[in-house]
Amino acid sequence: MKLKRKHRRLVFVVTGLASLLIAAGLILNAFEDNIVFFYTPKDMAEISIPEGKRFRLGGLVEEGSVKRLADGLTVEFTVTDLTATIPVSYRGPLPDLFREGQGVVTEGKMTAGGIFIADNVLAKHDENYMPEEVAEALKASGQWKGVQDGQ
Amino acid sequence: MTAEIGHFALILAFLTAIVQGTLPMIGAHRGNVAWMALARPASVAQLLFVTIAFSALMYGFVVSDFSIKNVADNSNSAMPMLYKVSSTWGSHEGSLVLWVLILALFGAIVAVSGGNLPPSLRTRVLGVQAWIAVGFLSFSLLTSNPFLRLNPAPLDGRSLNPLLQDLGMAYHPPFLYVGYVGFSMAFSFAVAALIEGRVDAAWARWVRPWTLAAWSFLTLGIAMGSWWAYYELGWGGFWFWDPVENSSFMPWLAGTALLHSAIVCEKRNTLKSWTILLAIVTFSLSLLGTFLVRSGVLTSVHAFATDPARGAYILGFLILVVGGSLTLYAIRAPLLKAGGLFAPISREGALVLNNLLLTTACATVFLGTLYPLFLDAIGGGKVSVGPPYFNATFGPIMIPVIAVAAIGPLMPWKRADLAGVLGRLKLALGGAMLIAAVVWYLVGGTAPWAPLGLGLAAWLFAGSLIEWAERVKLFRLPLAKSWNRARHLPRSAYGMTMAHCGVALVLAGIIGSQAWQVESVRLMAPGDSVEMAGYSFTFRGVRKLQGPNYSIDRGEFEITRDGVPVTRLYPEKRFYPVQQMPTTEAAIHTTWIGDLYVAIDESRAAAGEGDGAWSVRLYFNPLIPWIWLGAVVMMLGGLVSLSDRRLRVGAPRRKRSAVSEQPSPPEQPDPQAA
Repeated sequence: MKLKRKHRRLVFVVTGLASLLIAAGLILNAFEDNIVFFYTPKDMAEISIPEGKRFRLGGLVEEGSVKRLADGLTVEFTVTDLTATIPVSYRGPLPDLFREGQGVVTEGKMTAGGIFIADNVLAKHDENYMPEEVAEALKASGQWKGVQDGQ
Repeated sequence: MTAEIGHFALILAFLTAIVQGTLPMIGAHRGNVAWMALARPASVAQLLFVTIAFSALMYGFVVSDFSIKNVADNSNSAMPMLYKVSSTWGSHEGSLVLWVLILALFGAIVAVSGGNLPPSLRTRVLGVQAWIAVGFLSFSLLTSNPFLRLNPAPLDGRSLNPLLQDLGMAYHPPFLYVGYVGFSMAFSFAVAALIEGRVDAAWARWVRPWTLAAWSFLTLGIAMGSWWAYYELGWGGFWFWDPVENSSFMPWLAGTALLHSAIVCEKRNTLKSWTILLAIVTFSLSLLGTFLVRSGVLTSVHAFATDPARGAYILGFLILVVGGSLTLYAIRAPLLKAGGLFAPISREGALVLNNLLLTTACATVFLGTLYPLFLDAIGGGKVSVGPPYFNATFGPIMIPVIAVAAIGPLMPWKRADLAGVLGRLKLALGGAMLIAAVVWYLVGGTAPWAPLGLGLAAWLFAGSLIEWAERVKLFRLPLAKSWNRARHLPRSAYGMTMAHCGVALVLAGIIGSQAWQVESVRLMAPGDSVEMAGYSFTFRGVRKLQGPNYSIDRGEFEITRDGVPVTRLYPEKRFYPVQQMPTTEAAIHTTWIGDLYVAIDESRAAAGEGDGAWSVRLYFNPLIPWIWLGAVVMMLGGLVSLSDRRLRVGAPRRKRSAVSEQPSPPEQPDPQAA
């Protein structure tokens, strides 16, 4: 297997290109299915999201809206951006920072009944209790009350 | 007063760094020995000044001087001393000072112990280090001064974020930073070599210890961070493909590639310009990692103190470092002469494949991590890229990496016989097939990747041991002779065997915990029992206790197996009144085959139900301890390799090295250690 320098280099170039092509294929394939968009309740009134499509819904947990169902594990609450609201149902552990009146990001799907079924609830470890997306969404809808920046 | 001394020392360190970065560099260019000689005392002085600044800041935390804004924001008089001390690097400002301290320490080590380096190279390395320090110190002084005063001073501090009041915060960031900063040495050596226009085996030999040390510490740092998230977040998971995690993982991937290409560079005097490029990329990713975590540009479950206002400075600094070094690379790299020839099927070939795949894997992580940022920047909407993306891209690329890691070490340099090598690995292949078959039988096709993953882990583990057995000619020579050979194997050979076995353990842990994790989320009243994974969990209720600066709800679980008591677990829910914030402390019982993991969430009494029931989470995480065991084995492998005589005793001078660095024939047992 005595290869000339030129051929040897060609082998490596081809291997390199092949691994890049495979990676590009994997990435494109994965991007198609696994990119999750972020919407606020107001966005959702304006655009149509296909049923069964996963996305993130963010806003504030409406005061007085958190209800625990009888099984003790399912939680229902309303996410609001102070212009529109969406009811959310979630079964599972809530993060430590989840509370009424604070920012929250939930991930899941819309049902035909207009309820958002979340399988993941994120509340940030930030002293503002305000996820960045939610803060920006509130600013965009003119409802920002000016929590000062953290540090 | 102390704070002003610290601030002043930081300014002095900044000025020293400017001097260190200019005069000696000009001296090296013009051959002015006196100017060059300035680099060594300057780096020692810089270490001194930064140490003073860091100590002053730490002193402020220890005595709870709340007139310093940073202390008031991040500490509290009620916090235990350990967390007061670790708050020093708990904030963005403090973590920058820690970064610069480690940078200055490494620079001083080169200055003091780098006597065997050619003076011009040493001077330039120290010069480049100084410029990195200038970047960080000016960032600290201009945008993130840790010594700002408050007037009037508050009576008490706002306390460190409760999630950070943990041993994890005390040890995780320093280890991570030692890793990041260690790669700055590789970067400085690379840029210095580009300026000199000269890369040879001796250069690679000087760079390897720094890369090895950085890699070992980064490995441990990442493992610690993941362990911390595992018990602190209470979700039973150890890795979330979160942007902050990814930003420490990317330099690790690139650094692992660098570690391997530096071997080729040292042993075979080839792949030089690729190694230089990797050194630049690895450090650039370290910089990106440092900044991404602290700047708040990324949305993450681990993002703490954030300030987008610093973004512009960070971006500028990154562009300068990455753009500058790549421009220099573009100009200078063509001057580097290509070295020894090798066939595609050879140890060099295997290492090149390792490099291509690792950098490709790193690129997929990079894309997934930063894509939301790019899309947002061009106004494409807010998106997130979750674990499914990373599993679908990163996973498949790592399969050949692991497969080749068992084959490569058995290949000789220059040209290898693949069939022969595979023949020597037939035992490993058989073992891997057997394990895969057993796992296939156990999971029954529900998780098709589990047999593949565990089979690969077995393949790599067995393959690494076979490689060692071949070296000592186990069972082919009398045992006493094998023992003698084993004793005289270079430590770097043991380091490689350990590190590869560690990777196999980590892989087995990841696959096992993903394939067989048992989860149970439920309401439990005192006296209730749950059967899970062959264990019986009995809830004994919750007691109220008081911690130093928090109140505790401590649950008690009695765990038995077939009626025999196994252990008692005490998961906690803590509440920190200063920040009005609860935290979850999971309780974990570790066994060789898995973790029993218990966390309590919420009392039903809060919802007006008085029966003492709590919503609890129980997990059985099979093989998960192997992840951290494997990471520790990897790190130890790195350190063992670092203690190798060749790297420890002064590397030979360039003239002599040109003779002694002739490629050795493949049969020679010793110097091909990886």
